[in-house]
Amino acid sequence: MIERPPNQPPPAGEGVSLFGDAPEIDLSRGRVDLTLVRLRMAWRTLRDGWAVFVESRIGVLSLAIIAVFALMAFSHPILMATVWEPDVYDPVTGYAFDRFDHPAPPNWRHPLGTDSLGRDILSQLLFSAKSEFILGITAALVTVGIATTVGAVAAYYGGLVDSLLMRLADLIIALPGISLLIVLSALFNLNLFYLALIIGVLGGFGGTAIILKSQALSIRVKPYIEAARAAGGSHFHVIFVHIIPNLLPLSLLYMMFTVTGAIFAEAVLSFLGLLDIRMSWGIMIHTANVGGYLLSGANYWWLVIPAGASITLLCSAFYLVGRALDEVVNPRLRRHDG
Amino acid sequence: MSNPGSAPLVAVDGLTKRFPIAAGLFRKPTSFIHAVDDVSFRLGGSESLGLVGESGCGKTTVGKLLVKLLEPTGGNITYRFPAPAVGGHLAGSVEASNIRGRQLRVFRRQAQMIFQDPYESMNPRRTVYDTIAEPLAVQGIGDVVGRLDRVSEILNLVGLTPAGAFLFRRPHELSGGQRQRVAIARALVIGPSFVVADEPTSMLDVSSRTGIMSLMQELAERLGIAYLYITHDLAVARYMCHRIAVMYLGKIVEMAETEELLRNPLHPYTRALLSAVPSPDPMRRREPPNIEGDLSLPIDPPARCRFYDRCPMATERCANSPHPPAEEKAPTHWVACYEA
Amino acid sequence: MPMTTADTEPVLKVVDLSLSYLTRQGPLQAVQSVSFELGRGQSLGLVGESGCGKTSIANCLMRLLPDNGRLTSGQILLDGQDLVPLSEEEMRHFRWGQMAMVFQAAMNALDPVYRVGQQVVEAIEAHGVEVTTAGARERVARLFRMVGLDPQLMERYPHEFSGGMRQRAVIAMALACDPSVIIADEPTTALDVIVQDRLLRELKGVQRELSMSMIYISHDIGVVAEVTDRIGVMYAGRLVELGDTADVFGAPMHPYTAALMSSFPSISGEKHELETLPGEPPNLANPPAGCPFHPRCAYATEECREEFPAQVQRGSRWTACWHPLTDMAGVGQ
Ligand SMILES: Nc1ncnc2c1ncn2[C@@H]1O[C@H](COP(=O)(O)OP(=O)(O)OP(=O)(O)O)[C@@H](O)[C@H]1O
Ligand SMILES: Nc1ncnc2c1ncn2[C@@H]1O[C@H](COP(=O)(O)OP(=O)(O)O)[C@@H](O)[C@H]1O
Ligand code: SF4
Ligand code: SF4
Ligand SMILES: [Mg+2]
Ligand SMILES: [Mg+2]
Repeated sequence: MIERPPNQPPPAGEGVSLFGDAPEIDLSRGRVDLTLVRLRMAWRTLRDGWAVFVESRIGVLSLAIIAVFALMAFSHPILMATVWEPDVYDPVTGYAFDRFDHPAPPNWRHPLGTDSLGRDILSQLLFSAKSEFILGITAALVTVGIATTVGAVAAYYGGLVDSLLMRLADLIIALPGISLLIVLSALFNLNLFYLALIIGVLGGFGGTAIILKSQALSIRVKPYIEAARAAGGSHFHVIFVHIIPNLLPLSLLYMMFTVTGAIFAEAVLSFLGLLDIRMSWGIMIHTANVGGYLLSGANYWWLVIPAGASITLLCSAFYLVGRALDEVVNPRLRRHDG
Repeated sequence: MSNPGSAPLVAVDGLTKRFPIAAGLFRKPTSFIHAVDDVSFRLGGSESLGLVGESGCGKTTVGKLLVKLLEPTGGNITYRFPAPAVGGHLAGSVEASNIRGRQLRVFRRQAQMIFQDPYESMNPRRTVYDTIAEPLAVQGIGDVVGRLDRVSEILNLVGLTPAGAFLFRRPHELSGGQRQRVAIARALVIGPSFVVADEPTSMLDVSSRTGIMSLMQELAERLGIAYLYITHDLAVARYMCHRIAVMYLGKIVEMAETEELLRNPLHPYTRALLSAVPSPDPMRRREPPNIEGDLSLPIDPPARCRFYDRCPMATERCANSPHPPAEEKAPTHWVACYEA
Repeated sequence: MPMTTADTEPVLKVVDLSLSYLTRQGPLQAVQSVSFELGRGQSLGLVGESGCGKTSIANCLMRLLPDNGRLTSGQILLDGQDLVPLSEEEMRHFRWGQMAMVFQAAMNALDPVYRVGQQVVEAIEAHGVEVTTAGARERVARLFRMVGLDPQLMERYPHEFSGGMRQRAVIAMALACDPSVIIADEPTTALDVIVQDRLLRELKGVQRELSMSMIYISHDIGVVAEVTDRIGVMYAGRLVELGDTADVFGAPMHPYTAALMSSFPSISGEKHELETLPGEPPNLANPPAGCPFHPRCAYATEECREEFPAQVQRGSRWTACWHPLTDMAGVGQ
């Protein structure tokens, strides 16, 4: 027998609203523009969600870090077009003619020094930031797009569909992720976009799908799903209007975590020199390693620390933004919960 | 109420629903919960029938079968909807098992359900407007402007005024009573002729409860809606229903007009139920109900009377005979008990 | 026979208790200037709509307040000892030991991975009521029998219990350390009438047997009428009427009590018209001035809108209303 906990209804008339108050509409004053009302509500939701988000200092700090990296990514083409001569500063083909002691330590023309091939480290760092964003965000979108649909469909239909999708997920989880990528990258020439796609697909059909499915299962048994069916709603209607929108907050969270995973995987593969990518933070470390500078790292810190720190910082920042979003999305974790 | 001359709106015969007890994906289940077992009753147009019983006795399951949210294991449900409302699609008597595809859509306009828990029966992300307009939207009735007018109108009808203040609220901005009004509005917005109300007031507090009860009564009278009113509270059923059917472990054990049932309960379970209701009247002393044991799960129950294990009047005959058939002991007063 | 407070020295005396919750919208006055006494072996009911502060009072008494709860005034005297200034460490001794609580939704409070009996045994050992495990088990078996559970069920897990059985186990746990006061917050709301009826009988029996005092919280006035000697009616964080149960329900003085009663459907006697109380309970973050009931009260006058009513005392009962309903001459003698 299913026991229902005696619920404690929210006290009447007490507007402890998590997402602001509803707009009041004066119906007597002519037609109401629904689209406008919805836009206004979406805006309020965003604004109030932001108010909760900023309460988490780590979340705001992490967002600031991400913003700094984004600025770096944008600044690279501008710098190349204005102050940096391509012959010297191109992240891949440039050569610093002004020095002979490559890898050169930081100096005023090369604030982070040069690598063993005479290329400017700062230019490489800024250039790679863009690749990392493209990679992370593509992988995250693919993962979440697939995982949300798979989770919702498996939870809604159950039975055979569910069993097949979940066995597939188990299979993918059982495969050792990084090793699989190593094998794939050894067999094929993987560029950034394919890498993002593979990471996205593996995540989307794998662990993330299972997590989103279990959430979808708890939504699926809610009476409002039955109410929608009683209203005459089709399966498609129920999945896309009721289940998926309620999964989105959790999806957003896993998007953040996927970005972290993708950047990290790329770093590992690049470090091993397995990717067909022009430049990335992982390749910077790889170059240092190939030149034999990794072990004497203390003397040649500028070859390793900027790239290593960037990987760590950006990965943690996305992760921590995810955790802070968790608080927005999951009101239970909130402190002053009415 | 149930006028024998005219055909009833809903006629239920031998309705049965068994839930298999989870066995693996490819294994056949070996035992079943007999949630609803051989239930029959009639519901006339604009009549209100109460379905009363302990938690888990199968009330909600009957309700869901009646609005086709579940498929029965056995038995028939026959509907006869008012002809002008359904046009050619569901004319005359139709059997539930024959309603499919296009007819099912028309059926959904005629038979609606109000769910037990107002806190869970609204999608937390959707506004009051979205929720109430959903039946219209999925059925493709009217355009956006027309729907907005219809929803505002129904909000006024269920007492959420001014409608403009409620249209774009989300559930967390409503009290329990207000949510239940929204749930009622959603059920009524497409003009059904028959509504299953599953404990619409059990999660509400005294003050909002009476409001909802009188609202539902008023709407039933004004719009001529028939209710199957599910509740475990006999006192609520007394105010809401013309007739009451008492259920025990999947079976209807007694059915009669409300005041008759309260004054003259014949089945031992109905008596126990009545004497267990506490009363605020300091002058009233009530006898404790004389039944023992707990409600069990109806998993492959034995053929004898379902109430046998807890019955204070059980005899040799009850032990050895099948579950007693329903008999009309007094006019329109049906009881399923050998000793009544 | 109901005991009135005059008969005995009160076990529990609450004086001018106020509690606010700090919320985003400012302080919310959940309990305001509440005073009452509870005699030995007596049971007091607290009734009112949801959100009127019943659970909050219970949490104050147990000193189990959420982080944002603040006791802004008052004393809680248990056998003459004020609990309010006690430290958390000192309070632990009183909690469960002298005063125990059955929580709203308590039946979900049992830990699903331990045997039910074991959980009660641990509660007993933690308070040092019985030193040996054998002694503690003996005691649990006795408690189980007292609340109508077969002692063999001690070896079962919570999920094997029905809702009613779990609720009884929780009551047994509350009784484990022989408290002098037990607070029950809606212990039967989730149960069926028949199970509820049996549980109430057992609770009352145990209370009599151990001459324990009880505070019984519910919004079902039928239940409260049957189990309590005295009753307190709450509205918007305030106690608005207090008296012997039979007197209060026989002839309510406060208009809110009367409204509560006439909106209660009953199966006995003639079918009376149910009255709907208009409006909704006030927002406690911003309550109306004067009598908080005035926006919904049929008898409200200018006076009511301006000033909170003074107490009208009649024998052993009182109400806070400018225009009490009945002429109470002769009551309470
Ligand atoms: N989908 C299902 N799968 C398996 N068993 C079910 C299912 N739905 C209901 N049951 C079982 O069928 C029986 C009847 O359930 P139902 O929900 O109809 O009871 P109810 O009378 O409405 O109870 P309540 O008053 O608690 O709502 C119960 O034993 C329940 O556990
Ligand atoms: N932790 C809390 N924070 C803020 N407000 C609360 C909290 N707990 C309860 N309240 C508010 O205090 C009031 C009284 O609540 P409660 O004592 O639970 O009422 P009852 O038990 O009568 O239903 C309500 O308005 C409720 O919303
Ligand atoms: S048939 Fe027998 S066992 Fe069943 S209710 Fe009647 S007397 Fe009791
Ligand atoms: S004081 Fe006035 S408003 Fe308050 S209950 Fe009494 S009569 Fe009504
Ligand atoms: Mg039910
Ligand atoms: Mg409460």
